[in-house]
Amino acid sequence: MKNGKRIDDRLPNELRPIKFEVGALERADGSCYVEHGGNKIMAAVYGPRAVHPRHLQQANRAIIRYRYNMASFSVEERRRPGPDRRSVEISKVSRQAIDPVIIKEFYPRSTIDIFVEILQADAGTRSAGINAASVALADAGVPMRGLISSCAVGKVDDTVVLDLVKEEDNYGQADMPVAMDVRTGEVTLLQMDGHLTLDEFEQALELGKIGCASIADMQREALIQKYRGKEDE
Amino acid sequence: MNDVIAEIKRDYIYELAKRSERADGRALDEYRPIQVEVGLIGKAEGSARVKVGNTQVLVGVKIQPGEPFPDTPDTGVIITNVELVPLASPSFEPGPPDENAIELARVVDRGVRESGAIDLSELTLPDGKVWLIFIDVHVLDHDGNLMDAAALGALAALVHATKPCERYGYGPDAPLPIKESPIAVTAVDLDGEIMLDPSLDEETIASSKLTVISGLQGALAGMQKSGTGTLSVEEIARIVKLASSKAMQIRDDLFGGSTDG
Repeated sequence: MKNGKRIDDRLPNELRPIKFEVGALERADGSCYVEHGGNKIMAAVYGPRAVHPRHLQQANRAIIRYRYNMASFSVEERRRPGPDRRSVEISKVSRQAIDPVIIKEFYPRSTIDIFVEILQADAGTRSAGINAASVALADAGVPMRGLISSCAVGKVDDTVVLDLVKEEDNYGQADMPVAMDVRTGEVTLLQMDGHLTLDEFEQALELGKIGCASIADMQREALIQKYRGKEDE
Repeated sequence: MNDVIAEIKRDYIYELAKRSERADGRALDEYRPIQVEVGLIGKAEGSARVKVGNTQVLVGVKIQPGEPFPDTPDTGVIITNVELVPLASPSFEPGPPDENAIELARVVDRGVRESGAIDLSELTLPDGKVWLIFIDVHVLDHDGNLMDAAALGALAALVHATKPCERYGYGPDAPLPIKESPIAVTAVDLDGEIMLDPSLDEETIASSKLTVISGLQGALAGMQKSGTGTLSVEEIARIVKLASSKAMQIRDDLFGGSTDG
């Protein structure tokens, strides 16, 4: 931190530039490409569709599956392809971040599959992935009670900051991804590692709420851009 | 799980083929629009996103110093991998690469390796190490003819890649020693009509397809027949000729005839 500015010249409460592209893929039922700072992420949704293997199906509702996967070229040192412990955990918490807003009772015995591919990673991939997945679900026409928006907050040089970049994540004092339905204020994902006092935590959560609200606006705007004037089709 | 196709669509495509027509209105030897965008992934030493119609692949090239294979201490190493991620098609499933992904990776690898696209002897380093070149193909949208899109993506990403010499203390960064420009052209045969750049539907109903990879002078660098169907010797000869001249045209359109663009 220098003169109140961060390593990439942002203010503590400033998000990186974010761009959503709705319907970026042909084959998927819904899709969204997002650039969030240096993160480049593609999300796709398939379903509701039949469940394989069958024993996973639920008689009264759809199941939700979420796969977070990093491309081997997405990081500085080449990463071995395939899931590692980190991506398995991220897949789980991301699924649970989005699950609560999906109206699963409409589609018994089916699955809604969400695939998130991290093409380039620059801190905050799980949050950016959740944002893209949420838009892709809406693009697929999956009925939802709201949109989930997510961002990370953290602490760098004893200052609470929004939306950390790689260096801040690596050398900062705390990192706390948050996801929520901004409309209802319900938090669906909360993780934290590092050191925060109780006061700092309160500040951070408040900042997270503000960040999520800005992102929710962008998500809604991206969807409106694509579907405006298509109500009759 | 395989892509399924309605009988009626199958009949329609075969009927059209008899009149030398295709469902999307293309000529038999016509490709869908090809778009190549390089440098999208700054974290990779080289990258290219290729679209052929709605088919979309992203290729990342990572280059790092490492140990050579014991039997070839004086040559660099190329490792090619293809991920058919489930985001790209309802018929792809999560898990380790299946036979299709491995076949695809090996054909792309063969094109680069056997054509001599990279002079591997120039990839040695003073301390006995060599450059390891990882070509990772990430398929994003599968709408037919992944083979040609992946091979093209690999070539474009390699041409634009730089060896990260500075990061590892080997002097200034430098481009890869590119010597050839292998282009893959895939054809299917429907009732004696040869179609280039098969769409997903055409690829699904065709009983076999042939990929031909050729270089700057038109010489062949690799071939792969896949599928359970058969091809006659005459058909193969026709496809090879057609593919070699089509490759020239694609190369001219995209790289202006040279490999340094």
